[in-house]
Amino acid sequence: MVSLQERAISVDEVLAAARGPGEGAVALFLGTARDRSEGRAVLGLEYSAYAPMAESEMRRIEDETRSRFGVSRVAIVHRVGAIGIGEVSVAVAVASVHRREALEACRFAIDTLKRTVPIWKKELFEDGAAWVEGEEGLAAP
Amino acid sequence: MNVRVRLFASLADLAGVGSEVVEVEPGTSVAGLWRALAARHARLAEVRARPRAACDLVYADWDRSLDGTAEVAFLPPVSGG
Repeated sequence: MVSLQERAISVDEVLAAARGPGEGAVALFLGTARDRSEGRAVLGLEYSAYAPMAESEMRRIEDETRSRFGVSRVAIVHRVGAIGIGEVSVAVAVASVHRREALEACRFAIDTLKRTVPIWKKELFEDGAAWVEGEEGLAAP
Repeated sequence: MNVRVRLFASLADLAGVGSEVVEVEPGTSVAGLWRALAARHARLAEVRARPRAACDLVYADWDRSLDGTAEVAFLPPVSGG
């Protein structure tokens, strides 16, 4: 299951999308909005997305995670729009028969999402706002 | 031929637009489209690192021909998650 949504993320719903009677392990990752960034106080976040491509990339990550780690179900949910400090911005849940694959797959899924899914975070400060530029990107022309 | 261009985050702020239609010659590459955009929106010259490009929702190399492509997006380094 993948979802790009404005409404608040329900951890219960994310877990319910992943868990099942055949699986003995569910690994859950939550990304939450932090109140500091590079020494400055952050008042809130705004996420913007290239929605159709973000959804297709998230589905691609879901498929690749399942096949690469042999896990049963993967749920990936990312919010867009305004996020308050402490709120959940992204959730990844992976269910598998045993815990090792679930934990490894969960890490892979969130790491890959952060590298490839076209979503951008804007940090709101007292004196302005700024887009966060990710680590990846081609060398300057 | 007409191509829809999508810009996001800092690129959209610099250009002042998030979406527009650009007319290009057949055989134009992604790089050629970027040059056309930079000519229309001077502030795109402030971009330090070359953004990534996507053609019809799939990441694309900058030398890719636009023939058959309906929409090109220029993406700053992503920061989701």
